[in-house]
Amino acid sequence: MTALTFPAKFEYLDEIRDFVGEQARASGFNEKDIYCVQLAADEAASNVIEHACEGIPNASFELTCDFKDDRLVITVIDHGKSFDPSKVAQPDIEADLSDRKIGGLGIFLMRKLMDEVRYEITASGNLLTLVKRKG
Amino acid sequence: MEVTIKEFKHCNMVSVIGHVDSSTAPQFTRALDAQMDKGVFKLVVDMSAMEYMSSAGFRALLAAQRNCKRYNRGEVFLATVPDRIREALELAGFTELFKTYADPLEAVGNF
Repeated sequence: MTALTFPAKFEYLDEIRDFVGEQARASGFNEKDIYCVQLAADEAASNVIEHACEGIPNASFELTCDFKDDRLVITVIDHGKSFDPSKVAQPDIEADLSDRKIGGLGIFLMRKLMDEVRYEITASGNLLTLVKRKG
Repeated sequence: MEVTIKEFKHCNMVSVIGHVDSSTAPQFTRALDAQMDKGVFKLVVDMSAMEYMSSAGFRALLAAQRNCKRYNRGEVFLATVPDRIREALELAGFTELFKTYADPLEAVGNF
């Protein structure tokens, strides 16, 4: 398992995408799935930076990647504000232009892009787990 | 990320190079807003050199489309959308909200 700690700042999103992209590539994922994993990790990290760590000085969060049994497991652990993803309204992706809601898109995309998305509040922080199966 | 603007008779083209994410989306939004502030509401977003776009970029596009289409004064067209970005836009149901063209000049010609 590889783990890295990132400052909770948007300018590190590039590095985050590179990190998970390299792990997915090394695990033999195709280009389409590599992009899915990068986008899902970006959306997860963006939410942590924007919501969980908002207003917390020098906040950081941990990202881990592990490939086992044909599954790439990415975890994001932060110590900021917790949230209940089930309370985030699903965006209506068939709504007209004027009725489209701007929020909730990140979580929606993560669920579409990955095979599993779990959120848990643990003793060591807020834990988001993203799983992508190969093939 | 870099944004360049090309002016045409009936519309302006906004070409984006690189990555649009939460870090760079504000710059993308400012570039689109600058066109609308000038009264240009017919816009082609040329995505041929765009390598990546997260939902932060989708939100910028949505806000611009809403503003441009108000009072039927214009519209945002997307041109040369890379496959990976198109797939993500489809997942979010965004392809219904934008006319897309395979070639930027074809989009310009449709205004």
